[in-house]
Amino acid sequence: MSELATITRHAERGMITLRADLSDGTVGEAVRAATGHAIPAAGKIAGDGTKGVLWMSPDELLIMVPYDTVDAALEQIVTALSGVHHLAVNVSDARAVFTVAGDDAREVLARLCPVDLHAQSFGVGDFRRTRLAQVPAAFWQHETGFDVVCFRSVGDYAEGVLRRSAQGTPTGALG
Amino acid sequence: MLTLSCPYCGVQCDETELAAGGEAHLKRYGPESSPEEFESYLFVRENPKGVHLERWRHAHGCGKWFHAARCTMTLEVFGTYPAQTLAPPQELVEKILAKRPGWTWREFGQSDMEGAQA
Ligand SMILES: [Zn+2]
Repeated sequence: MSELATITRHAERGMITLRADLSDGTVGEAVRAATGHAIPAAGKIAGDGTKGVLWMSPDELLIMVPYDTVDAALEQIVTALSGVHHLAVNVSDARAVFTVAGDDAREVLARLCPVDLHAQSFGVGDFRRTRLAQVPAAFWQHETGFDVVCFRSVGDYAEGVLRRSAQGTPTGALG
Repeated sequence: MLTLSCPYCGVQCDETELAAGGEAHLKRYGPESSPEEFESYLFVRENPKGVHLERWRHAHGCGKWFHAARCTMTLEVFGTYPAQTLAPPQELVEKILAKRPGWTWREFGQSDMEGAQA
């Protein structure tokens, strides 16, 4: 049996949940000041896992910054949004983060998630919240594979199914 | 397997990513309402064999509620639309009527179209 992809579990990643009216220009400016990125379109990531913005819902973003800078970034956002109806919370310890890297990484996820992962349907910069086997999760594609986030309470489960799913022979069906 | 398009995310949601929310466009009657109105809110449902308007939640996704028009017999999906409305979009009603002439669902459907033309 061969490995379709390499599964890496990351120790920590700074994350801020921001809920606000995303069409409000002040919100966009605050996000750009904290991350250097504009608010992404639905189903997209702006930036990357080190410093990036994930579109979670029409009124929610997940902002990622280096773990040791999350407090400063949060304060910057809260200050910039004073007077604007919003909610911003440091949720860095709420989630587990994995990288699924390798030529057949999309097959690993396709075995676990009800998502069209054909290369022409899901590419670099695409982001999707979905179900990973039996738990809620989300992932985005980058140059070397996918980053997957899920709640930390089910992190061991997610790691297990990802590692099991990475075993076997690739089908090559996803292009 | 049922697949619905989330009107907020734009993604094709698998049935297992969704939570069913029952019949759409229920009017909530509260205090001061008549017993008949409150009964209609609690118990009276369309339950058609045919095109039905339903509520769904993109639970393993954006978490938002939306509406769907779906045939309970063939599972054909006619469309989805956001929850912030009291009626299905006119183009969706027309799409249903084109395939299912005479379709009615509570105050929507065939008679609604005639009213619009009058
Ligand atoms: Zn959605």
